[in-house]
Amino acid sequence: MREILEILEKNSKATTGEITAMTGYSEAEVADAIAEFEKNGTIRGYKAVINWDKTDRDFVTALIEVKLTPQRDKGFDRMAARIYKYPQVRACYLMSGSYDLTVIVEGAGLKEVAMFVSEKLSVIDGVLSTATHFVLKKYKDGNILLEGKEDDDREAIVL
Amino acid sequence: MTTPERFIKESIRSMPPSGIRKYFDLINELEGVISLGIGEPDFVTPWSIREAGIFALEQGHTHYSANAGIKELRKEIATYLDRKYKAHYNPDNEIIVTVGASEGIDLALSAILEPGDEVIVPEPSFVAYKGCVLTNGGTPVSLPLKEENLFKIDPGALERAITNKTKAVIIPFPNNPTGSVMTGPELEEIVRVLEKKDLLIISDEIYSELTYGFEFRSMATFPSIRDRLILVNGFSKSHAMTGWRLGYVCGDARFVKHMFKIHQYALMCAPTVAQYAGIEALRNCDDEVSDMVGEYDRRRKFLLKGVRDLGLKCFEPQGAFYIFPNITSTGMTSDEFCEGLLREEKVLVIPGTAFGDSGEGYVRATYASSMENIKEALERMERFLTRRKGN
Repeated sequence: MREILEILEKNSKATTGEITAMTGYSEAEVADAIAEFEKNGTIRGYKAVINWDKTDRDFVTALIEVKLTPQRDKGFDRMAARIYKYPQVRACYLMSGSYDLTVIVEGAGLKEVAMFVSEKLSVIDGVLSTATHFVLKKYKDGNILLEGKEDDDREAIVL
Repeated sequence: MTTPERFIKESIRSMPPSGIRKYFDLINELEGVISLGIGEPDFVTPWSIREAGIFALEQGHTHYSANAGIKELRKEIATYLDRKYKAHYNPDNEIIVTVGASEGIDLALSAILEPGDEVIVPEPSFVAYKGCVLTNGGTPVSLPLKEENLFKIDPGALERAITNKTKAVIIPFPNNPTGSVMTGPELEEIVRVLEKKDLLIISDEIYSELTYGFEFRSMATFPSIRDRLILVNGFSKSHAMTGWRLGYVCGDARFVKHMFKIHQYALMCAPTVAQYAGIEALRNCDDEVSDMVGEYDRRRKFLLKGVRDLGLKCFEPQGAFYIFPNITSTGMTSDEFCEGLLREEKVLVIPGTAFGDSGEGYVRATYASSMENIKEALERMERFLTRRKGN
């Protein structure tokens, strides 16, 4: 059944019929497995990978290093929740090393992201410091190349 | 005779051009062809292997290597064969790194064949076996493989085909074009026949990594025939490295030293940069290989089901990356089917006859092509078959 997840991870548009043909499971088995994965939260959602640079949408991404003071009992989890609940936060990871959280934020422009950091993020109790790095160009996201591709240039050969 | 052709020896002059050739010419005239015709991986070589090749160039590894290949690579090949298949070869004198596995086949044949010698070639199979037997002055003898035997070699038929002129037999599994694979116990029966006969055995295991739900057994694991077995393998199919031209041939040292003479005079050595890339391939790329195998397997099931849903009979292949559907129910010959499909729907599959007369009634389609291509090709085939049924 893990194979179903691997197929969907590569192509969330794969239909039940297609997955059935690819795996050899029955259509009912595939449908049931997907329903179960959705129910138990193994599958958290389906989405498209979009290169927004191809559109006219104004858009910046920033990676913010956040240092925190951990709280008694709750460790970093409660602090993280106070941060990742903002819709501007696209991703939030607890890190080993010289800082604690990686927070990936998206906004319409540099100013919007800067305002979010200064007015929302850095003022949260327990946030010791932040360092904001703006993304200049995305080459690859979610294991998908955002630009270019290696064409099939195989030539006709006798074999 | 005034043409320079008069210099060409008769056995070459009378060789027909490949049956696939005319399809290639047709493709060039047509736009938007989906090819399920090419027998090579659609994957690009895994990045770490390419990177190792780039690094070799940067390091200035642009010279010839030792004739038999870089020692480090030969050692890796020995380790790999042991690790994967429990086959044992001494990297010092039992392995030659070749320019593709096809050189290995040619080396073995050119080392043994004298006029009148016969080589048993199971059919349908890779076009080069017969070709190499002919260019080396031997006589190919077909051993037809049958769909009802799942295109495996029948031990009785093999035994009957062997005569006192038989110098060698080719064992081609996993098989191009059928996708058939022989199990360990089935190979044991073949070996029992071969044990009794005095001939050389050439086992072409180039597709050994590409088997599905199946434990591959190498012919090199049978001690009773080891001293007259030539194992041919390479990197093209397993590591998607066709263009690097890298393979290897293994055998008993007393045999290999003679193949070595031919190799050193004809080719000198395999491409050096490719050899460095090959080291990386064998050392660090098991995950990449299993990812590719997983993807082939999904496409295999998808294409097999698709073809069967079109009403074509097709046995389930367990190796390589081909399916070999039976198209006799359409009333067309292999050639009519393929030419019609290409002209009317712009899908290229290869007539079974390209792989020997016993391929009549079949076509070869490869799933070494993207899932989108396979889906589209199936839709076009459905249109083609529906139209033909209407007529």
